Amino acid sequence: MSEGHDLEVDREKLKEVGIELDPSKRSGTFLQRDQEVKTFATFFEGLEVMSIRDAMKKYEWVKDYFWKVLNKEQDEFTREADSEDVNGYFIRALPNAKIEIPVEACLYLHRVKKQKVHNIIIAEEGSELNIITGCTSHPSAIGMHIGVSEFFVKKNAKLTFTMIHSWHNNIEVRPRSAAIVEDGATFISNYILMNPVKLVQAYPTAYVHRDAKAIFSSVIVALEGSTVDLGSRAILREKGAAAEIISRTISKGGRIFARGQIIGEAEEVKGHLECKGLILSEKGEITAIPELIAKKPNLELSHEAAIGKIAEEEIFYLMSRGMSRDEAVSAIVRGFMEIEIKGLPEALKRAIDKAIEDIRGAL
Amino acid sequence: MLRIVNLSVEVDGKRILKNVNLYIKKGETFALFGPNGSGKSTLLNAIMGNPAYKIVGGRIIFKKTDITNLPPDERVKLGIGMAFQHPPKISGVKLIDVLRYCARLSGRENMIEEFAKKLKMTEHLSRSVNMGFSGGEVKRSEILQLMLMNPDFILLDEPDSGVDLENIAIVGEAIRELLERDKEEREKSGIIITHQGHILDYVSADYGVILYNGKVACVGDPKDILNQIRKNGYEGCLTKCLKDMI
Repeated sequence: MSEGHDLEVDREKLKEVGIELDPSKRSGTFLQRDQEVKTFATFFEGLEVMSIRDAMKKYEWVKDYFWKVLNKEQDEFTREADSEDVNGYFIRALPNAKIEIPVEACLYLHRVKKQKVHNIIIAEEGSELNIITGCTSHPSAIGMHIGVSEFFVKKNAKLTFTMIHSWHNNIEVRPRSAAIVEDGATFISNYILMNPVKLVQAYPTAYVHRDAKAIFSSVIVALEGSTVDLGSRAILREKGAAAEIISRTISKGGRIFARGQIIGEAEEVKGHLECKGLILSEKGEITAIPELIAKKPNLELSHEAAIGKIAEEEIFYLMSRGMSRDEAVSAIVRGFMEIEIKGLPEALKRAIDKAIEDIRGAL
Repeated sequence: MLRIVNLSVEVDGKRILKNVNLYIKKGETFALFGPNGSGKSTLLNAIMGNPAYKIVGGRIIFKKTDITNLPPDERVKLGIGMAFQHPPKISGVKLIDVLRYCARLSGRENMIEEFAKKLKMTEHLSRSVNMGFSGGEVKRSEILQLMLMNPDFILLDEPDSGVDLENIAIVGEAIRELLERDKEEREKSGIIITHQGHILDYVSADYGVILYNGKVACVGDPKDILNQIRKNGYEGCLTKCLKDMI
């Protein structure tokens, strides 16, 4: 098989996960296949996009960012990622740079048994950075993706990170990520899973400092044969810190564990957790595990969790407006997945809407 | 237009309607009275085809078609429409999307904006249907949906309950128009459930019916019935009704 032919196959697949490879729509681009970085470029001043290996060559200090938020001894997967042949991306917005047009980064799994990735993302003080990252695999691939990501959102910076996954049922996925959200900064993390997949297991964590904010949103669909164990955790470390965790999970035969945890370590912090699940198949299973941990008296943490099937009353209501049963069900499912994510740039919003539309189409 | 023959309906295994017979001609509007739990909403839901209301006996004939076992959307195509007393809130399904469906069969797509203005619902179009709507907004939204559907037979489940005077006026005017009450030759028919009868100040009805214990207990002039209920309660009204019939 020629290299050119390979790329053709890739491009269609990449579009599914929001990767355009079009400089007019993106501020920077990065593409890694297996352990090899195929391409990277930046089209904006104040933005750096390169492979993590190049970044280490360019900057002496990059190595200090390795395993700074995550513990490399956390589990067998982090240990595995801590290897010689690791690759990944380095994306950095320089101080006060406003990079509204998204950077795209793609990790493509093709021939290796284990794709090992270590990413470092830095939004320097006062900067604004938007990233779409798409992870996908070749239909013939069999293996595991271990993706370590460490995020540094510095004082008053804003980082919006949207991850769209589209794997195949031979792939096991173990993202390991954590973020430091410094004073007055905002970290928005969106996750969209397009199936099938053998297993996705992740529990990204944000450490939120004074007057900073972390928002996690996820839309997950698990088809038969898929297991998705996903949570988001926010640790509110200082006064004024806030977190919001929202998830919408749909099981169409797959098993889902929807976790969420907000830990209030300081006074006057605020957190809300909302996980809603919908079961569309007899074989499906959803377990919602929301956790709130308060370590100080004067703080405000809340959660709401609900799992159910589609209410017949809602179907009847829409049918009484002339919809067929199928139309009514799909309208309700669409509505269920509609989550309002505030403060998103247009391009990112479009990419997310398109990804959700694709999931709906597949249902 | 609508003929209900010996209709018996169960909800959760409990018999609510018992051998109900009703015949409503083209152009006629019925006001339906009865104490709580007498089966008024059950009758409307059974006519609309709500699967939670199980028809265990009898028939519903609409425009000469037996609709007893038709799904709700097929009944809509034949020209039946309903305004709900407590419609469900559906997260993420916007009012405007529902309205587009309502207008699809009647071909009234281009009238959505005009009607929304009339019912003062323009601000609600992009909101999830019924989510956080006030009592009056729910009623206005229901009537707006019916106006876009333009059904021949209209089921109205307490369009005046929990609604302030200003909203009753808006809703009442719209229903009068829907039922063509100002026309001499009417094509539209309907059933209005009302407790207080406020809606009847805006919409005249041809007949009043009292449902009692799951049965049609009395048919007569709607204003007389309402006055009797106000004066003597349902029991007193029924006693008088029985006397009049003899």
